Amino acid sequence: MSRWAIRCDELTKRFGDRTAVDRVSLAIPRGTIFGFLGPNGSGKSTTIRMLCGVLTPTSGSGEVLGYDLLTEAEEIKQHIGYMSQKFSLYEELTAEENLSFYARIYGLSLERARRRKEELIALAGLAGREKQRAGSLSGGWKQRLALACALLHEPELLILDEPTAGVDPVSRRIFWDLIREFARRGVTVLVSTHYMDEAETCDQIGFIFFGKLLVTGTPGELKARTGLPSLDDVFIQLVNAQGHFSGQGGGQG
Amino acid sequence: MRRRIRFKWGRYRAVVFKELLQIRRDPASLGIAAVMPVLMLLLFGYAVNTDVDHLPAAVWDQDKSFQSRELVRRLTNSGYFDQRYQVEGYAALQRLMDAGEIKVAVVIPPDYSKRLDTRRPADVQILVDGADPNAARTAVANAQLIVNHLAFERQQAWFAREGLNPVAQPLQAQVRVLYNPDMKSLFFNIPALIGLIMQNVISILTAFAIVRERERGTMEQLIVTPVRPGELILGKLTPYVGIGMFSFLLVLVTGIAWFGVPVRGSLLLLVVLSLLFLVTSLAIGILVSTVARTQLQAMQISFGFILPSVVLSGFIFPRETMPLFLQGLSGAIPLTYFLHILRGIFLKGVGAAELWKDILSLAGFALLFCAVAIMRFRKKLE
Ligand SMILES: Nc1ncnc2c1ncn2[C@@H]1O[C@H](COP(=O)(O)OP(=O)(O)OP(=O)(O)O)[C@@H](O)[C@H]1O
Ligand SMILES: [Mg+2]
Repeated sequence: MSRWAIRCDELTKRFGDRTAVDRVSLAIPRGTIFGFLGPNGSGKSTTIRMLCGVLTPTSGSGEVLGYDLLTEAEEIKQHIGYMSQKFSLYEELTAEENLSFYARIYGLSLERARRRKEELIALAGLAGREKQRAGSLSGGWKQRLALACALLHEPELLILDEPTAGVDPVSRRIFWDLIREFARRGVTVLVSTHYMDEAETCDQIGFIFFGKLLVTGTPGELKARTGLPSLDDVFIQLVNAQGHFSGQGGGQG
Repeated sequence: MRRRIRFKWGRYRAVVFKELLQIRRDPASLGIAAVMPVLMLLLFGYAVNTDVDHLPAAVWDQDKSFQSRELVRRLTNSGYFDQRYQVEGYAALQRLMDAGEIKVAVVIPPDYSKRLDTRRPADVQILVDGADPNAARTAVANAQLIVNHLAFERQQAWFAREGLNPVAQPLQAQVRVLYNPDMKSLFFNIPALIGLIMQNVISILTAFAIVRERERGTMEQLIVTPVRPGELILGKLTPYVGIGMFSFLLVLVTGIAWFGVPVRGSLLLLVVLSLLFLVTSLAIGILVSTVARTQLQAMQISFGFILPSVVLSGFIFPRETMPLFLQGLSGAIPLTYFLHILRGIFLKGVGAAELWKDILSLAGFALLFCAVAIMRFRKKLE
């Protein structure tokens, strides 16, 4: 088994003549939390979608959990959990019905489905909300329900696209405690975020700007390399250094 | 893409169950699905009545005799003409015709009865509004028929009075109309309407069901699961087959019980073949959904094929009189075959032996569309 959960080489995605992701190469070791940062429209979601098999790369290659991105997309899907940026569960179904649906879609046996649902409802603090329609849950609850659905089949890799955007600080804390709990159990996590406090606690971070991956490293390394006190400052400096070229990037969307 | 992951009934059933839950939580759209076709049938059933009768008419009777009144009575008793106005002068007739108040004007000359009594030929003038050719044709033909008949009777009476044997007409056509002896256009249109309405409602409903998942983003989540396109599509379709069948039976009963359209053939065959057509319509809906990004687009694309299928399927215009090119196009529309089947079973009482060509074509379309839909349905967002 390869030590990499995700490895991709020069992954590129073009929409018409706009390059959303420009030759991104990544190597994420198993069992780590990788934070994916970058301003709006920089290509985080697009990269993530290519890694999940939602979008086909224009060029480049990659491997997720040892399966080829281009030819073994369906195998990859058996082993990853994904939360998209936009809430994408069925709003008219209750929390429990959503969980049951995905349990069946992932082919869990009745017994295992029951056990996993119980576990995750307790873990995500959803107890008492099982019969509530997903659409009527508030932000933090919705996100934890989506996370629970993504974890039903015990994936080895969890890919989360801005899971805490627009969520209150307390819910955010609960959510990250969950993520770290699963990382401790050996799940690899790729998570995009705009929050620097979240980025600080990642094992590795990568910063993407106008489709290009500018730097990767541990938060400590990045700060040491530039001699700046916070990640905020590091990225502002990176963006400023790129400023002269940003006109070529294709524009922000 | 390797196809190592096979169709699993468990996943298919999960999709069916989820779809049923969603439908149940949205009773409004379920109601629309079930009741809309019946409402449409009632609406169109009355609107698409192409029988021409009770044409509004004005009479300028300058003779005002027993004889002239007899002529008018004959015309109105036929059911084709309703005398709405009694006028004096061409100007008045012209005004009524211009205003669209009348479609037919009858002008009886002042010496009408005098000429008849003295056995001289009399002329009755009949003016017809030709703007609606269909109505005009019916008016002309029937007015001529009624007047000729009256003339013939007169002649017979003259001969009889002179002690001559009534002459037999040398030539007579013995016309017998088969299948729909009263030639009621309702009987011709209602079965076709059932087909048309089912196609439209079912295909739009299915297209919506799939496009909605794209629009709301739930499709993105599904794409990242191991669900197969076949499981997803068939799973989403299954509940709609049920709804469609229920709705079809409702429309069928309305057509039979309310409009009194008789079913001369086998009701069972009708239901079985309707199921086949239902599947075809569902597949059309899926095809639409693979192209449309939003529900609005789905609606527009659906109308893009509804219109040609109304015009080309033989619903309004008989296929046989179309130019060859359009006949070819018409052959590419599944509704064409289903209309033939519907009218055959309803009106002619024919069975599978006579309809096998249409049945095969329809089955071919159902298979082709389902296959193309499943193939075209990519598990990708682009
Ligand atoms: N389906 C698409 N068609 C065309 N352009 C797209 C499409 N999806 C994304 N883009 C463009 O690609 C670029 C990258 O978008 P992406 O969603 O990956 O950014 P992001 O980093 O996730 O931004 P955010 O922080 O706002 O979520 C943007 O300019 C966007 O407009
Ligand atoms: Mg994004």
